[in-house]
Amino acid sequence: MSDFLSQFGELFASYDVLGAFWVNIQLTFWAGLIALVVGCVLALFRISPVPSLAWVGTAYVTVFRNTPLTIIMVFMTLGVWGQLKIQVSDDFPTNFFWLAVIGLAIYHAAFVCESIRSGVNTVPLGQAEAARAIGLSFLPAARMVILPQAFRGAIAPLGNTLIALIKNSTVAAAAGVATETSTLLKNMIEFNSSLIYAIFLTFAVGYVILVIPVGLLTTTLSRRLAVRR
Amino acid sequence: MADASPPRPSPDGPEAPRQVAGAALVSLRDVQKHFGDLHVLRDIDLTVDHGEVLVVIGPSGSGKSTLCRAINRLETIDSGTIEVDGEPLPEEGRALARLRSDVGMVFQSFNLFAHKTVLDNVTLGPIKVRGLSRSAARAEAMGLLERVGVANQAGKLPAQLSGGQQQRVAIARALAMHPKVMLFDEPTSALDPEMINEVLDVMVQLAKEGMTMIVVTHEMGFARRAADRVVFMADGQIVEEASPEEFFTNPRSDRAKDFLSKILTH
Ligand SMILES: Nc1ncnc2c1ncn2[C@@H]1O[C@H](COP(=O)(O)OP(=O)(O)OP(=O)(O)O)[C@@H](O)[C@H]1O
Ligand SMILES: [Mg+2]
Repeated sequence: MSDFLSQFGELFASYDVLGAFWVNIQLTFWAGLIALVVGCVLALFRISPVPSLAWVGTAYVTVFRNTPLTIIMVFMTLGVWGQLKIQVSDDFPTNFFWLAVIGLAIYHAAFVCESIRSGVNTVPLGQAEAARAIGLSFLPAARMVILPQAFRGAIAPLGNTLIALIKNSTVAAAAGVATETSTLLKNMIEFNSSLIYAIFLTFAVGYVILVIPVGLLTTTLSRRLAVRR
Repeated sequence: MADASPPRPSPDGPEAPRQVAGAALVSLRDVQKHFGDLHVLRDIDLTVDHGEVLVVIGPSGSGKSTLCRAINRLETIDSGTIEVDGEPLPEEGRALARLRSDVGMVFQSFNLFAHKTVLDNVTLGPIKVRGLSRSAARAEAMGLLERVGVANQAGKLPAQLSGGQQQRVAIARALAMHPKVMLFDEPTSALDPEMINEVLDVMVQLAKEGMTMIVVTHEMGFARRAADRVVFMADGQIVEEASPEEFFTNPRSDRAKDFLSKILTH
């Protein structure tokens, strides 16, 4: 037993485990923020009375929700950076970090959009009609009446999207981010294959610790903020 | 919690009708509307004058709600014209939003903004649509809530109020926009019987103060007390138009006689 525990000591001494998790947290934070903004705009498009905007929203969601994340991430390096020569930063690691953030954001924005739309479906039609009846046009009605209620109904699915994003941030390795957890995992297995159980346990427990609070928080929030009708 | 005190009349009632009584404020000409194969509005010709109170009555499915909703274009029509204060209903957009702000609407299911307090429900339109300052909007809203008898509920959320209180808040919300005309679509049919009168009293008061009103309701008491004219609809058509007294005591059409005999036996 103490022998097993010492294996963790060895791993944490030779590798920057916490630093790797920190990279995934940063990836999640920035990608989540961008995905939230883009997802909101897409949701507005999808519920808007303008057919062409609604079409754009639907098309975006259909394309990116159905494309494997790995393919989007590889495209961010090989396509966006390699072929299109679009560079976010001169610093190599920084460049790949932000390409990965954008790739993650593009993909998860589709899920954010669908979460918000499911929230919109919890808002009775009468709310929108009452808003229009006092003279609010589409955007003010959406901003002041529909979306605030929709968000409260969307907290649980948004939380699920965030949990997926935390775990999917490991796919950043496919976009050339070399300092995050899945790359570290690979290195550990390569150089310390005898510690295989300790290695897997480290990452499994690490992600459980990251994800559980998100789940608890969204459950509490969605219960506390639920709109009473 | 229930607050059944009768609404108090307020010194600053709604503005007097802006034009001479007797001029058409709402007019519908040859309005047609289908839902698929269903012809819900047929050849509707109707005018409502400044200060007039019109009651629309008729069996379920006869198109009363559709008529009401068409007047502020929550429902579009296939053909014909609808004018409010001499202006044909505009297409969806800024002009339509402006027109809707001049037409108050009270729904059967209240439709108060569920995430906002009673006070914020009433001030939202004046602040965001009319551009009033927050303090001015609040002062006026409190006056209106006072008038409909729910001022002591101003800080609560709609779900904490009884149905009758919610509907009176909905009336205050509509009044806060200083509408030219108010539409009521069965405002008391979702209410428990003991709450119906507190809402009807507010409406009668409004009628007395000269508000132009189109009211879909089966409350004959209200029609007798407040209506200038009753319109009877069946199958999307206006079948009969008369004064309340004449309509209820001496209906001419068989449809109206049949309908009245059914609601009178309740
Ligand atoms: N959005 C819609 N799509 C299809 N049919 C509809 C729609 N709204 C109403 N209808 C139909 O149109 C007819 C008229 O409806 P409307 O709601 O105007 O009747 P009403 O006179 O208000 O009836 P009630 O007394 O039950 O409220 C009904 O047969 C109804 O089923
Ligand atoms: Mg109806």
